[in-house]
Amino acid sequence: MATAQTTALTRFQTLFLGTIGILLFLGIWSGLSLSGLVPKQFLPTPFEILSKFVQLLSTPFAGGTLQEHLLSSVLRFAYGFFLGAAIGIPLGLMIGWYRLLDEIVSPIFDALRFIAPIAWVPFAALWFGTGIGGPILIIFAGAFPPCLINAYRGARFVNRSLIEAAQMLGTSNTRIITEVLLPASTASIVAGLRVSAGLGWQSLIGAELIVASTGVGFMMVQAQLNISTSIVMSAMLAIGLVGLCIDIILRWVEAAVRRRGLA
Amino acid sequence: MKRRYAIGFLTIATLAIFWFLATGPLALISPGRFPSPPDVWASLKQVSTKGYANGLLYQHVLHSLKLVALGFVVAIGTGVPLGLLMGWSRRAEAIINPVFSIIRPIPPLAWIPLAILWLGLGDAAKVMVIWFAAFVPSVINSFTGVRRIEPYVIEAARMLGTPRWRFVREVLIPAAAPLIFTGMRLSLQASWTTLVAAELVGALYGLGRILNVAQQDIYPGMIFVGMACVAILGWATTRLLAEVETRSLPWIQMARA
Repeated sequence: MATAQTTALTRFQTLFLGTIGILLFLGIWSGLSLSGLVPKQFLPTPFEILSKFVQLLSTPFAGGTLQEHLLSSVLRFAYGFFLGAAIGIPLGLMIGWYRLLDEIVSPIFDALRFIAPIAWVPFAALWFGTGIGGPILIIFAGAFPPCLINAYRGARFVNRSLIEAAQMLGTSNTRIITEVLLPASTASIVAGLRVSAGLGWQSLIGAELIVASTGVGFMMVQAQLNISTSIVMSAMLAIGLVGLCIDIILRWVEAAVRRRGLA
Repeated sequence: MKRRYAIGFLTIATLAIFWFLATGPLALISPGRFPSPPDVWASLKQVSTKGYANGLLYQHVLHSLKLVALGFVVAIGTGVPLGLLMGWSRRAEAIINPVFSIIRPIPPLAWIPLAILWLGLGDAAKVMVIWFAAFVPSVINSFTGVRRIEPYVIEAARMLGTPRWRFVREVLIPAAAPLIFTGMRLSLQASWTTLVAAELVGALYGLGRILNVAQQDIYPGMIFVGMACVAILGWATTRLLAEVETRSLPWIQMARA
């Protein structure tokens, strides 16, 4: 056994090996592109993509600069995500509390759960058009289930004695939900929000690839039709960065929640 | 449990009746927005006997199923060994993890235009995108699976002088198996989502193609049929995987019982 699973590496070793990994990755990529093994048109070098990325910030493509497209994508995402959270979390808590509601909602939810969010595209376009309403429905379809499931689980696994204490003191159902279940399931809800955000962002990109006339996904499709690989890859970079930022913000929220002892 | 099933059945039945009444006699929902049950039935009959969007229903279903299976198998075949390797060797983890962290934030669906640029609108592009989508969860979960093995299990095996391959086969993989299956389940879901998206963007056959053509034709009945097929296939393949899981990990069942 060359390396033992339990021996940790020093910080320096990790950094060193990580650098080697990234250099290898970039090196093979650039090598493939520069040597002409893969036509440059289909695989630009990392440097070309970076310069394209910077260029796209000032020169418009497909009706806007990169940040304009990103802004319209992020706005759509925000609407869909907040809608998903605003409906999913209270509904999740409620079905975690009222048994009858759980028994009514669960079969519907289970039936709809297996429809991939992106499969809503045709109905979304038919019902709400391709401007802002349609894509929002698709983000909602991606972001809603994790919110609901995690709020439900949070409410279900609350310490029974907390609920019994509240009930003994004659707390009303509404107050039990807002003042016992909600705080007790915050950790689970925030974890759900992170999953939601990831799925919502991904669904949005999918939706924009198919139906939209603005947004970073639309920009990618236009670049693909123009056979401009460097723009496609710049857009992928931008999508990855925004996704990462969203995740970092939510991770920060998660840590803040834990620090405050709400979890 | 009986009460649960009864209420579930009642709910679905009520919804079905409401659907029938709202789209039919009461005309609450316009047929251009949402299909009535007879519309759906007619669309189902049309696509299964006369065909729609270049093929009969079973051809579309088989085509999508084939691509999902292919992409899923390739992703599992590459992702699980890589995850196990990264879990096993800290050095491999240190080399691969940074590259993996650069690629990971890019959502699988964002690879679709690149796949089309590289491989065109055919099957190869879809398999590539499914591979990328399903690869990440299988790597992460196999990695975590190995890291969560209790150290004493590894130490015991090592003390007994277990040869390397035997160790991998009889200690590492079985101990990481529950999480490997979790990763596979997530991979499978990702495969379906990605396939549908890729077929919606551009394809010649498949369920996404049905949805795409139905959207352009403004044909709600056919959209419904396409969505129902996606849901049923997603459900059936997930069930199949769960079945494989319980068959291949009998000791987990024993622990639960």
